[in-house]
Formats: sequence, C-alpha cells, structure tokens
Amino acid sequence: MIGLAQVYVLAGLTFTAFALLSARDASNPRRFANTGFWGLLAVSMFAGDRLGDFGNGLLVLALVAIAGLRGLGKGTGGSAAEERAANAERHGNRLFLLALVIPATALAGTFLFKQFPAAVDAKQVTLVSLALGVVLALVAGAIWLRPAPSVPLQEGRRLMDAVGWAGILPQMLASLGAVFALAGVGDVVGALMADVIPAGSLLGAVIAYGLGMALFTMVMGNAFAAFPVMAAAIGLPLLIHQYQGDPAIVSAIGMLAGFCGTLMTPMAANFNIVPAALLELDDRNAVVKAQIGTALPLLIVNIALIYWLAFP
Amino acid sequence: MNYWVLSGIVVMVAGFVLRFNPLLVVVSAALATGLAAGLDLVAIVSAFGKAFNDTRYVSVVWIVLPVIGLLERHGLQERARALVGGLKGATYGRLLTGYLLLRQATAALGLTSVAGHAQTVRPLVAPMAEAAAEDTGPLSDAEREQVKAMSAATDNVGLFFGEDIFIAIGSILLMKGFMEQQGIILAPFDLSVWAIPTAIFAFLIHGFRLWRQDRKLRQRGGAA
Repeated sequence: MIGLAQVYVLAGLTFTAFALLSARDASNPRRFANTGFWGLLAVSMFAGDRLGDFGNGLLVLALVAIAGLRGLGKGTGGSAAEERAANAERHGNRLFLLALVIPATALAGTFLFKQFPAAVDAKQVTLVSLALGVVLALVAGAIWLRPAPSVPLQEGRRLMDAVGWAGILPQMLASLGAVFALAGVGDVVGALMADVIPAGSLLGAVIAYGLGMALFTMVMGNAFAAFPVMAAAIGLPLLIHQYQGDPAIVSAIGMLAGFCGTLMTPMAANFNIVPAALLELDDRNAVVKAQIGTALPLLIVNIALIYWLAFP
Repeated sequence: MNYWVLSGIVVMVAGFVLRFNPLLVVVSAALATGLAAGLDLVAIVSAFGKAFNDTRYVSVVWIVLPVIGLLERHGLQERARALVGGLKGATYGRLLTGYLLLRQATAALGLTSVAGHAQTVRPLVAPMAEAAAEDTGPLSDAEREQVKAMSAATDNVGLFFGEDIFIAIGSILLMKGFMEQQGIILAPFDLSVWAIPTAIFAFLIHGFRLWRQDRKLRQRGGAA
C-alpha cells in the first residue's frame, strides 16, 4: 500500500539533493550550514521512525543550533531575466499546462484513490497525490523542456534557500503545541478566560468565546488547538448548557472566529511567514499585516453571527 | 492552578517582538513551559522529538520546489505576466477577487490542495497580480510588496473560509469528535452548513478591500 512512508522517501531524496547541491554552491557564504540543515531534515524523513523520541529531539536541537546560532546562507544563481523572457516566448502558454499538472493530479487523486483503498492509504490521499503530481510534472518537464538533469534540483535548491529556516517553522510550532498540551497550558488559559466573563451576560459570554478563540489561536498558531480549550471553558458550560445555544452553530462559527486569529499571527507560520519568504518580501510579517484588515471585521461578524443565530 | 506553564507563551511573544530567530524562540518556549510543568530535560526533548517526527508531513510540501523552479527557469512567471497584460479587463482587484472565489469554491468541495503558496501563489497568482497592478503605472517598492502580500493573503482567506463548508475536513471532524465526547451528537453536514454565512461575509469584506486598493492604484495612475 502506498502511504506516508513512500512520500517521506521522496521528501528525503529531495532534501538530500538540496544538501548536496548546497555543499557545492560556491556562491553561498555559509554553504555547509545549509548542507547540515537540509541533510538533517533528510535524515529525519528517511529514518525518523528509527531514531526514537529522544534521538528525534536531539536532531531538532541540532537543526535549531545550525539555523539559530550561525544562520543559513543564501546562494545566488538562477537564470538571467533575458533568458527567462526568451524561454517564455519560446514555450508560450503551454507552460501553464505543466504548471497545472500538480493541481490536476491532486484533483484526480482525491477522487480516484478513494476507489482503491487497497492501493493507497485513504488517510494520506492528499499527500500521495501531491507527491505523484510532483513526479508526473518532473517527468513531463524533462521530456518537453529537456533540461540538464540537475536543473530542477538546482532551481529547487535556489527556492529552498529563499525560504530558509522558515521551511521547518510550521513543523516546529506543531511540535511546540504538543509540549504545551503535555504541560496543560490549555486548561490554565481556559480557566483564566472563564474567570473574566461577567456573570449573567449572554453577549459577554459570546464575545469572550469569539475573542478567546481568536486570541488563543494567535498564541498557538492553530485554531485546532484553541477549539477544545475554548469549547470546554466557555462554549459548552455557558453558551450551550446555560444559554441553550445550538451546538452546531456555536462550534462551527466559533471555529471560524479562530480562523480569523490564524490570519493575524506569525505563529501560523505555514500560512503567514512561509509565503513572505517564498515571495521574497522584505517584511517577514507583510502577509499578516495585509490580512488584519480582513480578519478584524470578519471576527466581529462571526461574534455577531453566533449571537444572532445560535440562541432561541 | 500552575500559572507558570504560561511562561512559554510569554517567551514566544517576547521572542517574536525582539525578533530573535523563531526556531530558537520555539525551543526556548518549549523548555520554559516544560520545566514549569515539572518535566525534566530528557522528557521535554523526547516529547518535542516525538511530535516533530509525527508532524513530518507538514514539511513534505517542499518537494514541489524543483517543479516550480524548473517552470520559473523556463519563464512561467514572465508568461503569467504576459497573459494578464494581454487581457483587457483583468485589473488587479478583479483578478484577486476571481482567485478568492475560485479558492473558496474549490476548498468548499474539499479540494484544498489544488492551490497554495508554493503551487499557485508564487508561480502564477503573485506575478499576475503584479502585472495587472502595473497596468495602472509603475509600482513603488512598497506597493509591489503590498500586491504580493495581498496575493498570499487572498489565498489564505479563500482557503480558510471555504474549507469548512466541506464535510470531511479536519476541523469539522475535530468539532464533531469533541462534541461527541461531551455527549452531543452533531452531523458533519450541520456544522458545514453554518460555515456558509461567514464564507459569504469573508468574500464581501476581502473583495471590498481589493476593490478599494484597486481604485487607489488606479487614481494614482491617472494622476501621474
């Protein structure tokens, strides 16, 4: 059965290639830091399940030491603007077809693989489709564009350099969430929130619930972590049991209030920090700043919707 | 109640404000909260390592970079710009509003991974938005940053406020599972239906902001 194991091997191979190409990248002043960083990530992909929990922890500490203390470097390279423009002229709009291979495979895989539960792990359809799309696009690109074999990996390495340490920040934050959960951070925050609600005020409770979802999501970077805490502290005891709110509405719109928080925090790194790196923006928080103008009014709307829709 | 476990949150906020390397900040926060909760160092490192290993799928997305890099080298971004430049009515605001609608609609059908920052925003959406904005006149560096940041923001807004309309998405299953443990049985459909009002407001609010930015660019372009 094809599942995560095969996807991790592909990822391991990709990071190995980034590590090796970094080592040979004379334009990068800290090329061996990059080699160590992406090399360790490759080890994690290939052998993470055999390292044990403490071994994986040490691997993380080594990653952080490389990126946090000395920092990663950036190689130059890449193609000249004139060359790209000439290429664009030559290949025309067919380039879009190639660009659509990954989304199209994701689309087809989502529907098709569900029909073959024996062949593909049903829980991992998305990642398997993504990996398959990458392989298909690379094969099609190799046949049509005829690049030197190292070109896709070299270009990938260049983009990876642009992303840098931000590339593993989402995974690091998810892991921090696990430590927070182990230490009971959610229970403490929930208890604190429950204390600040004025007694007997439905509107006060709804505001505390919606704001709490957004704020705790901003701290944790993830509405999934905030929902069980806020639902247990305010949603269930007050909104649903005491004030007879509709549990489906309280849950669904409460979660979306949390999503407004996701838009406003650097902690949601994969949505907010990674794209800033990927688009090579000067301000690391530019995407967060661009989103606040949508997130704040929408948070107010969500709180109002719960207040109007959920209660009899 | 052991309030000291919140020390990790304080470390996170302070670390981000003081602009230390975020990876260092995250590990420091884990240490602070773990020690406050009475865990020993080995237990904290192990817990972090186990979670890191369990969440490797988060970093798998980078396997798309060789494909994107190959396409960029062959002029994909230039082609995307040219395509938009050739379309008459494709203004910055209309383009991103169209993408917002597309992203919300596909996410609502459960197709959350057909688009994304690496797959579509960097190679296609951001260069197209830039080209459309340049139609109104040359962009300053700040305006260019704003246009790119807004392209990424539009992807996020479309994804977040579309995906919960799909019944089999993670957050719906989480809510259903949580409520079930509390003795409340919810059908995924009831949850997903209540995501629709917010989805409509998200489209209106974000679309309105795009329209205003577009108008601002246009007025400035007309005056120059």
